[in-house]
Amino acid sequence: MQDAFFCRGSNETVLFVQDKEDGMEHGDEWDEWSHGKTLTKPPDQLELTEAELNETFTRILTATNPHAPQNIVRYSFKKRSYKPISAVDQMAVHFVLEGNLLYKDSDEARRQMAKQGLPAVIFVVFGSACIGFTQATPGEDAAEMEEVEEEDRPDSAASKTGKKEQKLTNQINFCERASQTLNNPPRERNCQTEPPPRCNFSAIANQWEIYDAYVEELQKQEKNKEKQKAIPSKKDDEDDDRGKKKMILMETQTQSDDLCKMAKATKILERMVNQNIYGDLAIDFKYYEDCSDEFREQEGTLLPLWKFQCDKAKKLTVTALCWNKKYQDLFAAGMGSYDFSKQGRGVLVFYTLKNSSFPEYIYPTNCGIMCLDIHEQVSYLVAVGFYDGCVAVYNLKEDGQQPVYQSTAKTGKHTDPVWQVRWQNDDMDGNHNFYSVSSDGRVVSWTLVKNELVSTDIIKLTMEGVPHLSTASFDFHKQINHLFLVGTQEGKIHKCFKTYSSQYLETYDAHTLAVDAVKWNHFHPKVFISCSSDWTVKIWDHTINTPMFTFELYAAVGDVAWAPYSSTVFAAVTVNGKVHIFDLNVNKYEAICQQQVVAKKTKLTHIEFNLVHPLIIVGDDQGYITSFKLSPNLRKQPKVRQSSLSRLTDVMPMQI
Amino acid sequence: MASEVEETLKRIEGQRGVVGTVVCNADGIPIRSSLDGVATAQYARLLRKLTVMAKSAVRDIDPQNDLTFLRLRSQKCEIMVGLENEFLVIVIQNLHQ
Repeated sequence: MQDAFFCRGSNETVLFVQDKEDGMEHGDEWDEWSHGKTLTKPPDQLELTEAELNETFTRILTATNPHAPQNIVRYSFKKRSYKPISAVDQMAVHFVLEGNLLYKDSDEARRQMAKQGLPAVIFVVFGSACIGFTQATPGEDAAEMEEVEEEDRPDSAASKTGKKEQKLTNQINFCERASQTLNNPPRERNCQTEPPPRCNFSAIANQWEIYDAYVEELQKQEKNKEKQKAIPSKKDDEDDDRGKKKMILMETQTQSDDLCKMAKATKILERMVNQNIYGDLAIDFKYYEDCSDEFREQEGTLLPLWKFQCDKAKKLTVTALCWNKKYQDLFAAGMGSYDFSKQGRGVLVFYTLKNSSFPEYIYPTNCGIMCLDIHEQVSYLVAVGFYDGCVAVYNLKEDGQQPVYQSTAKTGKHTDPVWQVRWQNDDMDGNHNFYSVSSDGRVVSWTLVKNELVSTDIIKLTMEGVPHLSTASFDFHKQINHLFLVGTQEGKIHKCFKTYSSQYLETYDAHTLAVDAVKWNHFHPKVFISCSSDWTVKIWDHTINTPMFTFELYAAVGDVAWAPYSSTVFAAVTVNGKVHIFDLNVNKYEAICQQQVVAKKTKLTHIEFNLVHPLIIVGDDQGYITSFKLSPNLRKQPKVRQSSLSRLTDVMPMQI
Repeated sequence: MASEVEETLKRIEGQRGVVGTVVCNADGIPIRSSLDGVATAQYARLLRKLTVMAKSAVRDIDPQNDLTFLRLRSQKCEIMVGLENEFLVIVIQNLHQ
């Protein structure tokens, strides 16, 4: 009987005729069949009208998968937006079954066949892609078992090709046969070795460790290069030996002199300790400004700062002071004695503001020092003049307490105390030279030629009748090199030229007692100042015979100095322990500062302005050097437009 | 040279407020000290560690740089350490004269 079912759309009724295998009675069959023809409605069938039933619905069969999504979108990075995909996979997989069929010519199949012992010949006959496998009939089981065993052994030759009518092995029915052999009793055997020695190693890889390693590597390479260069030149063997000996010596030295290595560090530490002790002074020096100056109008004050003293310089008088041009915190002080009867030793000391408790350099001398000067460019050369008429040059860079050059009677030393030395510009051969002036009336130029001091007399200062004049001070003009002034013990000031050895250009009747200091103004080319033991300080214009200004200080004036920052400011020290500071721009008749800086009995001998800082140092006859900070009123500088020169000119009185 | 350094150290020890000085060699062993043994060992040991760390910090930032001085200021005193050629010079000074 046939099975038949058909459907016309989902809306239509389903008619199906059942199939019966076994034959039935005709009459029953008819009944059944007729019954089968009547419509059997399922209970949930849709009720539709005739028109609706006859409606035809067209169905289009397409190859598309109805379950495949139609609206897949993918993000397009090019367009930065979501784009629908046009082609969607339409394959619908209904059924998947993994089969176990092998292509007969593939590797796997061949291997299997080789295992089973089937010759390849048989399969050539079959040829096609289907694999034939045989099933052994049950009757032949026993015989085949043996054969299977044979085939199971891998080294059986029968498994390979060549035999035509080979019994095909049975893969399913086989039995295993085994036999137990005697097992040898196991025995353990071992030996223990000593563990290799271990040590812990740890290191830190810092940036500087890496850098150091590279630097070492570089140095090794350079040494290798040098060695390679040295090998061809065999003459260097001797030098190498000497070099090696030197190296060994150096090493032994450095091992023994442990402390030498720390010279620099200890020096700085000493300064640090001093800074802690005198920390206030350092801060004052830098930052303190006397505010009361605003209310005081014109007057100013001096703030005492460091006090410098040295054991070796006790009881000696400060006879010379000089600031170093290159290192502005370093100054030199020469100690000796002005007293004829108390002549003894002297000492040259160098102090720095950074360490006020001990000098940087000390040079003890046999004879008292009267004057000193530090070279402007070569700041380690110091020229010193002694009471016994000698001059000497010290080199600060050299070790040792002796001067590098010293004049002797043979080389033309003075016969009287040397009152002033001054470095000059290098001469045409490039040698350093300086001038010295002494009470024996000679102005001598000394030149440093190689290892010697060569002297040349420049001028012999004489007066009518008197063979020689006793000079006490001199000063060279700042701009005009060959012009200089000489002050004498008699109170006269002479203006001379280096080149004119016999005549003075001009003589000024300056003072009644010895002229202790003459100084040219730093700014004005015509003005100079002089001070004397006759209690006065006078300011001159060198073209005019009479002084422009005269100041009475009521005590013998030891020294006078122009300020380096203003053409109208100068300072003077007197033997009663006072410092007087004048500013001609502010007050033409009186000092703007008169301060007692030391005990009344102590005489002040020298004063110097610092070139950069608002600081003055004052030396006295007890061997102390005191430093003071100038208050703002004392430091008035000209404004930029108005030059210092014009300031002084304005102040100078009109001369008819 | 050595005597000058010795003199400088003596001067430092004589300054106002200075408690003492210690000089250590490259291994951290004190070779010269003005303090007693216990204090010397303590200062040497502790400051050695500190300077090694400080030196490492300075050189880590710039390997071509190196530590020269270290100043440690506390309420009561100031410890100053100078480094040169692997040697350490330590000065302890009291503040508040």
